[in-house]
Amino acid sequence: MQTPMATLSQTDAGQDALVAVRGLTKRFPVSKNLFRQPSSFIHAVDDVSFGLAPGESLGLVGESGCGKTTVGKLLVKLLEPTSGRIRFRFPSLDAADGGAGDGVDASAIRNADLRAFRRQAQMIFQDPYESMNPRRTIYDTIAEPLAVQGIGSLVDRVDRVTEILTQVGLTPPSSFLFRHPHELSGGQRQRVAIARALVIGPSFVVADEPTSMLDVSSRTGIMSLMQELAQQLGISYLYITHDLAVARYMCHRIAVMYLGKIVEMAETEELLRNPLHPYTRALLSAVPVPDPTYRRDHPDIRGDLTLPIDPPARCRFYDRCPAATDFCRDNAHPAMEEHAPGHWVACYEA
Amino acid sequence: MSTANTTPVLQVIDLSLRYQTRQGEVQAVEGVSFEMAQGQSLGLVGESGCGKTSVANCLMRLLPENARLARGRVRLSGTDLTELDEEEMRSYRWRRIAMVFQAAMNSLDPVHRVGQQIIEAIEAHGMETTVADARERVARLFRMVGLDPQLMDRYPHEFSGGMRQRAVIAMALSCDPDLIIADEPTTALDVIVQDRILRELKLVQQELRMAMIYISHDIGVVAEVTDRIGVMYAGRLVELGDTAEVFKSPMHPYTAALMSSFPSVHGERLPLVGLAGEPPNLIDPPAGCPFHPRCQYADEVCRTEFPARASRGDHWAACWHPLEAVPHSENRQNQDFQDDGISRIGGP
Repeated sequence: MQTPMATLSQTDAGQDALVAVRGLTKRFPVSKNLFRQPSSFIHAVDDVSFGLAPGESLGLVGESGCGKTTVGKLLVKLLEPTSGRIRFRFPSLDAADGGAGDGVDASAIRNADLRAFRRQAQMIFQDPYESMNPRRTIYDTIAEPLAVQGIGSLVDRVDRVTEILTQVGLTPPSSFLFRHPHELSGGQRQRVAIARALVIGPSFVVADEPTSMLDVSSRTGIMSLMQELAQQLGISYLYITHDLAVARYMCHRIAVMYLGKIVEMAETEELLRNPLHPYTRALLSAVPVPDPTYRRDHPDIRGDLTLPIDPPARCRFYDRCPAATDFCRDNAHPAMEEHAPGHWVACYEA
Repeated sequence: MSTANTTPVLQVIDLSLRYQTRQGEVQAVEGVSFEMAQGQSLGLVGESGCGKTSVANCLMRLLPENARLARGRVRLSGTDLTELDEEEMRSYRWRRIAMVFQAAMNSLDPVHRVGQQIIEAIEAHGMETTVADARERVARLFRMVGLDPQLMDRYPHEFSGGMRQRAVIAMALSCDPDLIIADEPTTALDVIVQDRILRELKLVQQELRMAMIYISHDIGVVAEVTDRIGVMYAGRLVELGDTAEVFKSPMHPYTAALMSSFPSVHGERLPLVGLAGEPPNLIDPPAGCPFHPRCQYADEVCRTEFPARASRGDHWAACWHPLEAVPHSENRQNQDFQDDGISRIGGP
């Protein structure tokens, strides 16, 4: 079911959105036979809409396989959507749309434009052990985006890399420049990954579980570093995580995904204190509490997570939902509706 | 749970383990001692490389080639495991002491039915004599961990990750061990599945009155499933006490730091406080208290002498300057936000 545009304008950050996503959909074919047209599709991302304001950090939270990483990859054009629109309002891309200032459609960004786009949109990956070439020095790794973009002379680049190493807390920079990834700890590597993403001054960064491989003590350092840099440099994050507790400290707003759909979106504390979707409630109540005196309610949902292969039109959560009714069974997946200012839910029973 | 007056099921005395590496000898475990009563659960927490999995592998005597037990005794129901030969130890393993590994859900044999694999484990240890009895036992184990007994004739690929992990827990329970060691058994799973497995595990452990060692980096999980908690740092056990006590008022500054850096979704959003620096290199650990290079309270004695135990009842910490007994949350809220190189996050 297509959600009307009128309601959608309020789910995003309005006219000033840095990134505006409308009805974003991505389907992956499930091939049963190599020589035939695929007949089944995984609906990895299904009619997802949201906006991201400049300087805002939006958390995309859900369990493995819910499509959150796919959304991230679509937003930095590592994947092309099956349908739907993404509009970017990046300063340097304005020229491409004639300078009208209302942004550029992602589908219009190709070839040479793609290089300009990558100056503005970067991604930080989950695994600092696998996202770096082990044979290249830290300098090579961080300077590569500058080289690709043709920014500055060699001397300028050394200066820039030295500066960003200081900013991400790898000091003194001279002692890191010519080391290799294996000589660094996980936390230090993730700092290098952040430096590499930020060295060309992007305005939008997709951070895909940047702290989930790290120990608690280095995790806090990386989280506060990302937050400080966002404030200093005016960066917007799409912060992808399975961990609601981490999102609580990193994100202004949280969007909860279930099987390709955003089912609830609200400001962080509002979402945690007043969850309206049964899935958000289940997710929240499943998080262990580091306080032995706290007795939490346990989630009352049934069954296991499945893959959304050719799912029925009804609510994606129907099979597991404790509040499901016959109405939910017989109608299409519910549209996002605003239940309180800025608090959006896709549920007939909310 | 107070079981202090009964004889301990497990006694670990001065356990010290070394790994030989090309760079030198790693002091993976150093002087670890603790006891466990029947039916008690102990959480072992700490950062990666602190030695918690090495302690478990020592107890199971599943050690790599380059490992050497430098000192120590492990007594399980009176028998010293370090003195058994390999053959005797094999009959102890799974029968008396069982372990669930982090990636255990991938350890099921894909070409055999799940139930059959558990039956083989039961028969190998001579627990049941007839196939019918063994099947009945598997069915009971399946029900215990929340799996439908009809699933026992299915293959592992027909199970989800969470179901496979439950099957592995059922297998670990199959010979009624005195002690079960769970090493990050839910780390690879999503929270909703984790929640169910933790509840089943806790119920079964209490029902069978087994002792359980639960290893995790997630102090939220440990807070919920354990009676006692042991904190490890740089191969040493640095604090041990009742879980509620340790959470309420940690004595070791490292324990307090670990807790202050752990975010929670419930309750008030307290500031997260990080920990400056990195854990030490265990080839050449620092003199004195291994935590002193990162500790804000460290002084001369901390730099030269390993701390004596400071005790509050049966809660102790290896620290020269243990923290006062005040509620931890108060401690955390009253932190002054000064520029001391420690990262803090209040919220977005």
